[in-house]
Amino acid sequence: MTAITLYIFSLKMQAPNVNSHQKAAVAKGVKDEEEGLDTAEGEEWMQGKTLVKPPDQLDLTEAELNEEITRVLKASNPNAPQNVVRYSFKEGCYKPIVFVDQMAIHFELEGNLVHKESDEGRRLMAKQAEVDDGGGVERPDNVAIKAAKREQKLTNQFNFNERASQTLNNTPRDISCQTEPPPRANFSATANQWEIYDFYVEELQRREKSKEKHEGQFLNKEEDKSKKKMIQNDDISQLAKVVKIIERMVNQNIFDDVAQDFMYFEDASDEFRGEKGTLLPLWTFQYDKAKSLSVTALCWNHKYNDLFAVGLGSHEFTQQGGGMLLFYTLKNPSYPEFIFNTASGVMCLDIHEHLSYLVAVGLYDGCVAVYNLKKKTDQPIYNSRASSGKHTSAVMQVKWQKDDLDSNHNFISVSADGRLVSWTLVKHELVFTEIIKLPVIDTIPDDLKDVIPTVGTSLDFHKQKDYSFLVGTEHGKIHKGSKYYSSKFLEKYDAHFMNVTRVKWNPFHPDVFISCGWDWMVKIWDQTMKSPVFTFELKTSVTDVAWAPYSSTVFAAVTTDGKVHVFDLNINKYEALCQQKVVSKKTKLFNIEFNPVHPIIIVGDDRGHVTSLKLSPNLRKKPKVGDALILCIVIEHLNILTLDENVLEPH
Amino acid sequence: GADDTEEKTQTIDPKHIFPPQHTDMPEEMRVETMELCVTACEKFATNNESAAKMIKESMDKKFGSSWHVVIGEGFGFEITHEVKNLLYMFFGGGLAVCVWKCS
Repeated sequence: MTAITLYIFSLKMQAPNVNSHQKAAVAKGVKDEEEGLDTAEGEEWMQGKTLVKPPDQLDLTEAELNEEITRVLKASNPNAPQNVVRYSFKEGCYKPIVFVDQMAIHFELEGNLVHKESDEGRRLMAKQAEVDDGGGVERPDNVAIKAAKREQKLTNQFNFNERASQTLNNTPRDISCQTEPPPRANFSATANQWEIYDFYVEELQRREKSKEKHEGQFLNKEEDKSKKKMIQNDDISQLAKVVKIIERMVNQNIFDDVAQDFMYFEDASDEFRGEKGTLLPLWTFQYDKAKSLSVTALCWNHKYNDLFAVGLGSHEFTQQGGGMLLFYTLKNPSYPEFIFNTASGVMCLDIHEHLSYLVAVGLYDGCVAVYNLKKKTDQPIYNSRASSGKHTSAVMQVKWQKDDLDSNHNFISVSADGRLVSWTLVKHELVFTEIIKLPVIDTIPDDLKDVIPTVGTSLDFHKQKDYSFLVGTEHGKIHKGSKYYSSKFLEKYDAHFMNVTRVKWNPFHPDVFISCGWDWMVKIWDQTMKSPVFTFELKTSVTDVAWAPYSSTVFAAVTTDGKVHVFDLNINKYEALCQQKVVSKKTKLFNIEFNPVHPIIIVGDDRGHVTSLKLSPNLRKKPKVGDALILCIVIEHLNILTLDENVLEPH
Repeated sequence: GADDTEEKTQTIDPKHIFPPQHTDMPEEMRVETMELCVTACEKFATNNESAAKMIKESMDKKFGSSWHVVIGEGFGFEITHEVKNLLYMFFGGGLAVCVWKCS
């Protein structure tokens, strides 16, 4: 691009001349013009108007005013230097430059016009041609598209805006890491001919030995297999503990409301009932395989208050089959803890007071057996099957005794063959000792006395004086005996008209005992008196009676019509506080037991079920005065009221 | 001397027993390595160097870099090896082969 510069010739003014008239002719035109302008202007000014003087105008005289001043325009730059000197290397001195550049640039503008014929111009032309050609290929196809494209490309600054932005770049980081090198170890050895030889010899020996072992390996494999089985069993048995806990948890969840009732429920309506109380049914314990059997015996465990034993068999003479001994715990109402099968029906059982894992069982076929709960086997540790002296008839009651002088455990059994036998656990045997034979009743003729025995149905030992015991018989008599007298009984009570199903000493009062029988009666006796102190008639056969462990005046009885009767002599001497049917119709109740700690009772019926019931507060009033004393007071009251003729001398 | 011992080993046993004197390799690796050593030694029965070379290159390819192999009849050694990468065995009644990995 070439620059367009404006050349402006500058006008230079010459020095003014005094003799302005002489040169006036030459420059007159100019001067005149200037002066003329001035004078004309001045004259005009002066002619047109009055003279107006600006304040800063020079005051000149007329002569000075008439002076002619010459001004000359020259084409030379007044700013250009006039005496430029340059050093000349040729001559070695400064020399003045004659021609000084007079150009002064007032304005510069760079333009963008390119000459067609120049290189750049030709290049641009070529580019333009390419663009045109590119578009030209499409032309035959679609002129419209091209037109549209062109229209699209036409973006103006008002509608379209280009924006650019930079996103945040994450700062790069350097991370370095070194892994642990693989572990190394040192090893050293020597490779000699003799070393090699020695090694080979050893290897040979080893191989020979292994061949011999190979034959024995079959046996080893079998052992391994059996070991594996054992291990599997152990695994399962280890699981068993855990599974047990889980089972209990599940049971607790299922029977949660029952468990809550058991612990906390107190029947508030007892306040409105006056003296009466109720029994709240809790869990029902039943076992599938015991469906055909009836409950014959119940016993609570003294050490573990939630564990109780159930003996299952049959009361019917004609329906004798196998029997079972089950242990339930309140923590698991759905399945028994321990299950023992017996060859014949269980008639009675007793759990040792101190060693709560020893259980004595009396069977229908006259055998007695002792089970050890600690042992995993389900066979009794002692069995009187083979030994002589076993009862010839059903064993009706067993009771553990205190250890004898040799500190052997022993228990006493009474059976339907009329004998009281003491069994001692000596090492692996049961050794029997006959204690006493039940007296035969008078109605049987003498020659048959040896043959027909008196069936003993119930047995109980005194709590404090454990040599003293009571036996109830089928004929309705109760005999009091002592372990020290083996020939005869101390006392005989005519208790009932029919079978005496239970006799029990009162746990608090030393002289009082209770009996019940099939003649619908429950009778309370003082051992010093021939006739009963209290008599209660319940509408059906009474199968079992039990004293409460918390009060000397409370007892409960069960009858064959499925009812439980609870009495408290302190509150009501004539009536039961509670008579409640606890099982479905036509089910007979056979056993009842109070829990030693909790206010619940369990009743067993002839379907093989055991039902647990909670006593309402009215039924478990603890007397404020001493326990035995209450009963004494009660009895004294009665004695004063009814003087009896047959009062025996107290022993 | 050496002849007697060789005879003994021949009469009692064929030379086809190659028990490892000392090894801490895993089972598979050991079996493979031993087979490789036996193959190499049988192939290059006269030339220990070639046998060693063959073993070393195969081991490098299979199990990673920096294996060292020594084959000979009489030598002592003290080496540092990566754990579970050492095999020291005898071959043919008279050769000892030591193979280890260490970078």
